[in-house]
Amino acid sequence: MDMNQYMEIFIDESKEHLQSMNQVLLELENNKADVSHVNEIFRVAHTIKGMSGTMGFTKVADLTHEMENVLHLVRTKEIDVNDYIIDILFECFDSLESQITFIEDNSVESDEDNIALVNKLKEIVKTKSNTPSGQTTTAAPKQAEVKVVETVSNETFKIDVMQTSISILKKAIDAGFTVYKIRVVLSESCMLKAARAFIIFNSLENHGEVLLSHPSAEDIEDENFDNEFEVLYVTKESEEGIKKIFDSISEIDHIDIEIEDNLPEEVAPAVEAKKSVAKAVVEMSEDHESNDDGAMQGKSNKSKTSKTVRVDIDRLDNLMNLVSELIIVKTSMEEHDSDKSKNNMADAVEYLERITTSLHDAVMKVRMVPVERVFNRFPRMVRDLAKDLNKKIKLVMTGQETEVDRTVVDEIADPLIHLIRNSIDHGIESQDDRALRGKPNYGTVNLRAYPEGNNVVIEVEDDGNGIDPKKIAAKVVSKGLMTDKEVENLSDKEIQNLLFLPGFSTAEVVTDLSGRGVGLDVVKSKIALLGGSVDILSDVGKGSKFVIRLPLTLAIIQALMIFLDEEKYALPLNNISEITTIKSSSISLLQNQEVVLYRDKTLPIIRMKEVLELRSPEEREEREELTVVIVRKGSELAGLVVDSLIGQQEIVIKSLGSYLKGIPAIAGATILGNGGVALIVDPNQLF
Amino acid sequence: MDYKEYVIFKLAKESYGIDIDFVENIEKYTNITRVPYTKKYIKGVINLRGNIIPVIDVRRRFGIIDKEPDKDSRIMIINLVDQKVGLLVDSSSEVLQISNDDIEIAPKVTGNDDDYIKDIGKYNGRIIMIVALEKLLEIEALEEL
Repeated sequence: MDMNQYMEIFIDESKEHLQSMNQVLLELENNKADVSHVNEIFRVAHTIKGMSGTMGFTKVADLTHEMENVLHLVRTKEIDVNDYIIDILFECFDSLESQITFIEDNSVESDEDNIALVNKLKEIVKTKSNTPSGQTTTAAPKQAEVKVVETVSNETFKIDVMQTSISILKKAIDAGFTVYKIRVVLSESCMLKAARAFIIFNSLENHGEVLLSHPSAEDIEDENFDNEFEVLYVTKESEEGIKKIFDSISEIDHIDIEIEDNLPEEVAPAVEAKKSVAKAVVEMSEDHESNDDGAMQGKSNKSKTSKTVRVDIDRLDNLMNLVSELIIVKTSMEEHDSDKSKNNMADAVEYLERITTSLHDAVMKVRMVPVERVFNRFPRMVRDLAKDLNKKIKLVMTGQETEVDRTVVDEIADPLIHLIRNSIDHGIESQDDRALRGKPNYGTVNLRAYPEGNNVVIEVEDDGNGIDPKKIAAKVVSKGLMTDKEVENLSDKEIQNLLFLPGFSTAEVVTDLSGRGVGLDVVKSKIALLGGSVDILSDVGKGSKFVIRLPLTLAIIQALMIFLDEEKYALPLNNISEITTIKSSSISLLQNQEVVLYRDKTLPIIRMKEVLELRSPEEREEREELTVVIVRKGSELAGLVVDSLIGQQEIVIKSLGSYLKGIPAIAGATILGNGGVALIVDPNQLF
Repeated sequence: MDYKEYVIFKLAKESYGIDIDFVENIEKYTNITRVPYTKKYIKGVINLRGNIIPVIDVRRRFGIIDKEPDKDSRIMIINLVDQKVGLLVDSSSEVLQISNDDIEIAPKVTGNDDDYIKDIGKYNGRIIMIVALEKLLEIEALEEL
């Protein structure tokens, strides 16, 4: 079977499951006694096992299977959760995550071996010990060695009470229900075993509840069993009553009923568990064989999975509605065309305008995903970092539900990782220093996301060292990036922004994590690429805050249209701080750069016509008054001289294509109402 | 007999041919938006049904003096390795089948590096210069092929 069509679903769902596994793991670490977390992880592992098994990814299936075994022991309280178990589970998570990522890129499993990890898990299952054993690194015991031949006699039931919640069973018994184990043997002649089983299940459900079955319900549905199956059944009916239920169903050879009354305490757990593990191992090795075909197939038709967005059905419905309204307008316009009533036409156009605006809104929303997708990985990262650096860190995340464009979500992860690492590594002091300063033992990193107008703001704030402008100034001078004199003239804020200079790294001790020279300049350029900005706010000794502003969406922006001679250009509105006119005579020359004094600050003046190669400086026409658009880049301002303003307009950003890539100062192009093309100026590249 | 089809365009009375496989369509002249910081033979960009397509002024590329676009001017849309590029030419109105036997490798006359004419084709006594698109567009990766 061709599995490629399911690949996207598999990748998407696996990722979702892994995300929740990650979360639950972290919670489990904080509250090791909480069985509900274990159950959740078990559930996730089981789901991933099932999916990967179907897709033929045996390594993933193997690993999750062993995880299940270990988790099962935890659930049955045979081993306790301790740091070792948590670490192992995290290791499993990492291995799964890297496998899934590899599969996403290559459509096949990576050759990376997880045998060592699988063996560690097996070791835990075998020894029922939650301490690392010395021989985990020894050669992999082949599956055959572990494979315990199933020797369950006919008299004993294969079904295992341990697989269900004991507390529920106890409650049921307290409430006057009886728990039965029932083995149903279908007659040899039974043709549609699955259907027959379905009828039996249905009849049973009418009088009570089927808690569990062996084989599993899925297997029974798929007719994956011989002539018999077992169920764990809770009912108020007597044994006779149950027999009566079965009497009314044909094609049953016979049934065995046993009352299950020796709940947990009496059950010899070790033996039971061992049996179930053995069974599981057998199942697994079977899986293995049947899945090989699938894996081979995956290899032969290698294909890249595309980017997908999961969309709430309501949003799609909304989109659909708008499109149908659009069609209505179209028809009404066609009609108006014939009966030449101008008034109605104007109405229709207005209507059309409303719909297109809503349509744009709706499509934008479809592309939006919550930043949770990115944030989710941080608790784990912070945990590992804190461990490595021997610091105590509390990560507080708010606003995970804030939505941004899918493309932004993908791109924002790296810069955020960088900033958080910075905060933990350089920002938050060592425990001793914190004690000296009278700060709480725990360093706090706040990660916030919230919408602000047409932007999304993401803040990374720590209560650590803060950024000392003096240190930065000294560093900049010692690195030869600026001279003493230049630095002296800068405000503290401007100095802090020097952090973004390429080749800057303030960490006095270069650690493994940060301070390797690729620094905040990368963060800045990446965010600038997304049309956003980064700001630093910092109090020495109290902490620092990095504020990232990102546009909500990339495809459509508000822009100011301007004229330069006969050419139209678009300036993104979010870069513009104000529009003003200045007198030519007030311009003075400072180090070959034209500046004016504007609101007591020097404002560099940029002649757009010259920057965009429209005219050479010699051809400059002298005007008394110049129209100046003041644009903002971070905390810097510059004035762009333009010929005239056309107005504000919503524009769709189009790329210039690969043939014309990398043109300075131009961010793209947009199509005008008359079908012409106007270029979009990127003010960030002008100064 | 083996032959190939070529879309013929004209520049200053001379006929040039482009392998029809690479020609997507031929558009009438529309306004071209100038793009700064590009090579001088890049005339600018146009909107082709919602896509932004760069346009090369083939006269400038071949070093022929500029000519104001008129009603015969055409923009040939070329699709070469998934890059769409428009070629601004004086006119383009025919497709010719030229037998492979009638195609000769162009003699290297000048020391010019821009050898964007790779072959010369003959058709009923006319001379058709066959254009090497990858040279014309200066797509380096393709030159090895």
